[in-house]
Parts: sequence; C-alpha cells; structure tokens
Amino acid sequence: MTTVQDSGRRGYLRFGVSASGPMDAAAFAIANALVGNGPGAACLEFALTGGSFELSRPARLAVTGGSLEIVVDGRRVPAWRAFHARAGARITLGALRDAVWGYLAVSGGIDTVPVMGSRATHLRSGLGGLDGRSLRPGDVLPLGEESGAPLLALARPFRPRSAPIHVVPGPQAHFFDADAWRSLTREPFRVTSKRDRMAMILEGPLLSSARGHDIVSDGTVMGSIQIPPSGHPVILMADRQTTGGYAKIATVITCDIGRLAQTVSRDPIAFRPIAPEAAIAYEREARMRLREAISDLSPAPEPRT
Amino acid sequence: MREIWWPAEGTPSLTSPRIASCGESAVTVEFCETIDKAANRLAVALAQSLSATPLPGIDEVVPTYRSLLVTFDPIQTDMARIARGVTKRLATLPVAREAGREISVPVLYEGEACLDLSELAAGKGMTTDALVELHLSAEYEVAMIGFAPGFAYLSGLPEPLRTPRRAIPRQRVPEGAIGIGGVQASVSSVAGPSGWHFIGQTPLRLFAPERAAPFLLEAGDRIRFRRIERAEFDAIRLADRHIAR
Repeated sequence: MTTVQDSGRRGYLRFGVSASGPMDAAAFAIANALVGNGPGAACLEFALTGGSFELSRPARLAVTGGSLEIVVDGRRVPAWRAFHARAGARITLGALRDAVWGYLAVSGGIDTVPVMGSRATHLRSGLGGLDGRSLRPGDVLPLGEESGAPLLALARPFRPRSAPIHVVPGPQAHFFDADAWRSLTREPFRVTSKRDRMAMILEGPLLSSARGHDIVSDGTVMGSIQIPPSGHPVILMADRQTTGGYAKIATVITCDIGRLAQTVSRDPIAFRPIAPEAAIAYEREARMRLREAISDLSPAPEPRT
Repeated sequence: MREIWWPAEGTPSLTSPRIASCGESAVTVEFCETIDKAANRLAVALAQSLSATPLPGIDEVVPTYRSLLVTFDPIQTDMARIARGVTKRLATLPVAREAGREISVPVLYEGEACLDLSELAAGKGMTTDALVELHLSAEYEVAMIGFAPGFAYLSGLPEPLRTPRRAIPRQRVPEGAIGIGGVQASVSSVAGPSGWHFIGQTPLRLFAPERAAPFLLEAGDRIRFRRIERAEFDAIRLADRHIAR
C-alpha cells in the first residue's frame, strides 16, 4: 500500500479530521532533506514493499525508512542517500527487510492538489493525495519544480536508539489496577499483523480495566493506548479517529512513535513508563538529533554500480 | 527506574476539572465522566476562548461531551503551564456562554437513509408521524464533532426517543443520515458503518472538502430540524452540488 503523505493536516481535529501524515516522521523528514525538499514536501509512503515507478523528468530521489533493494535502470543504489535518475528511468523498490514504512522522496515533491491545506492522504475519508486513495498501477503523479541542489548523503547512519518504547501514564490510567499497569510495563508485547495507518493491535498479557472499558468518547492523540474489552492494546496512529470511547491506559511519547510504527510484526516490544517532564527532555533530544542529521548532510558522489 | 504510577485521581468537577496528560504534547481537561450538558457547554466555551486567544504553544483543541483535549508543542510550553493557563481561563470565562449559531437542518423522513423509522416507532408504540413530530419538537446542540470528518453528536434528544444501539452494526449508512444512539442524536457527514438507528436524511453536505468552509456545523451550534418532502430534498441537493462545483 502506497499513499501520498506530507507533514499532515493541521487545525481540523475538532472537526473530526485526523492529521494523517507520515507514520515515521524522522524517516520522512530525512527523505525530503536528502533531495533538497522543504520539510513539509509530499513524499510517497509505502508499507512493506515499494513497487516500480517511471520518471517523466530527471530528478533526485531518496528512499528511507529501512533497508531494501533499490534498482534504478538495472543498477542498484543504496537507501538513505540521494541518487540521480534520468527522464524515463525505471525505479524498483523491493521489500523492507527491517522496517514497515518506507519513504520515496522526489526533488520538487509530489504536487497533488492540497485538500484543506495538506496533500496527506486520509484513506478512511478519502481526503488528499491522489483522489484520497492508495496508489494503483498506472497512476500518474504530478511533480513539483526541481531546484537543482547537489546529491546529499547522511554523514553517519541515522538509527533510532534501540530502547524500550516510553509511555506517559494516562489519561485514564486510574481505570487500571496495579496488575494491569505492571503487565503493560514489565511484560513483552508483540505487534500483530492487524495494523494499518489507523491503529496497531498488540498481543501479550491481557489488560483489563477495573472500571469498565467504555468511556464517554473523548479526544485521542497519535500514540494513545486504548484497552478495549478484548484486553489487547490498540495503539492509535496517524489516521486514527479523533475521538474514541475506550479507556486509554497510557500514551506513547512522540519521539518513540516512529520506532513503534517501524516494529516488524511478531517482534517484541517493551514499554517503560516515564513522567511527562522526562518525555519532553527526550523530545528535545530527538529534535536535536534530527536537526543535526539534516544539517550534517553533505554532497555525495554518484553511487557506483 | 522509579516506578511511575498515578493512583486514582479525584473526581473531576465543573469548578475543578481533572487535567490528565496524553503523552508530553497534549492534556485532557475533564469536567466529568458522563454525558453532561453543563460540562459540554463549558468544554465548548473553553475551546472557543482558547481558539480566539490561544495560550502560547497551543496547537489544537477538541471539545467533547465532557472534556477538552488540548494539544501543544512541548518545547514551547508544558503540561503545568497549560494547566495553569486553562484554570485561569476557566475562572474568567463568561458565565452565560454566548449562544451558538442557530442552524436549521432540513430532513426527509423517508428514503435510503430512513432505515429504522417504522421499526423504532412500532417498538415505542407510536405512529411514525408521532415519532417524527417528537424528533422535530426539540432544540439540539452540537455537543462535539468526532468519529468521522464532520460527524455531529447532538445533545437534546427527547427522552422517549432514547434507544439502545443495534446489536449488529450496519456496514454502510448513507451520507446525511439522521441518527439516534442511546441518549445521543446525530447528523452523519459521510457514509460509513454505524450501530445507531437512522430515521431520515438531510440533503445538506455537512462536510465538503472543496468548500472554502468545509464544515457546516461546529460544537456549540444549536440545531432545529425541519421536515421536508422529496422535491425539496432533491432541489437542495442539486443546488448544493451545483454551488460546490
């Protein structure tokens, strides 16, 4: 599944419209930076496997998100750095080996018509992107203007730290007793294959709310961990419903959401609780690391075959 | 690492809401745990106040039946500052909130979205006309928009019309459907699945992304339903589609 995504649709949460935008914001930002695009330019986001593309004009491209085979006109090029492709070039992206969401950035960006200020696709309501849907073979996408910057590469690999996924308790932490809380933060969970841009369903110890699972619907954020009556945590993601009626035991902190989204199905996940103040420190550090990675981009020679 | 565990917190109230974190970038200001008109009005008024004059660092606000979600940039501000700002704002909110816009919503009580009217009326031992009259008799307030773009949850459903949701949800209910779910009423914006009961359809487009103002309704609006016949339904729909293009 491939969709057009930009940095997201802002200002419409209260009208029931989720932000959408990338599942892994850092990988998305680096893809844009590598080809000289502004931070909000639209890219293609693909799940698991990328597919084949043909270019109508020469462009710089970059693929980020994980490791995968990229073939341009029969020659292989590395991920996480920009490469040139001529007009008419055929680009084939293989399957992601260690990640779930990949980004293909094209210099100039994908230039579909913005809907309510954003090109991000929201599949459930059919908004943005290409007619509000995922791409199909034969689709043609408009490209923005090429700026002619040099080919860029990362100074060193951008790797998210391998650490537990941090969560801040609440907003309904008090619905859950100490047992449920201990299970969430001390036992491993696994991502199931029931996952998409809306939500990820986890498998692991069953969590139950001492005060019932239904609440009068309130607002949700990306990273909200809902516990429905099944006891399997549901983590809400970029295309989530803006309000929800299940109690939320905790919230994944912003800088760990990309890493969570990229966890391969069946791989284990450990959650660790932190206070909001500590989460802010992590967020500050994550933004600094991303800024540094982007400001350290340097011109790279054309990759050899 | 020190174990972090928030024990059961105090019961929220209109004067001292519970302010709970939703990660490091959002808080929910919770006035109560049930569907409550006073709490909803306060949430809407607070949302309007914060939209008109935002606190530094605030991104978005989402008023609901009983709470307000506030999202913010955690580098510019934090939960404690938002909590202080919100508490101060609540103390100075006008007691008599400004009345919302009055909006008349035309409804055809037949046709493709009128899925449950006969059954509902039969179950309550009334004629369909009596049920429609009851539905038309009330003034509703848009309590919140959620679930889908532009989907309006309404408060004010007359007590005799309250009905538990269907045991088996429908996969697709048409755009503009007029619904009843428990104590809540609704106007649907886009077609989608639902377990509510549907008694009619409005030709108005609650959500039209290509319009300069994509949404017809917002939390705080007051609604009166107006009964229309098929000819007027078709005329409004045609005109609306025409304007939109």
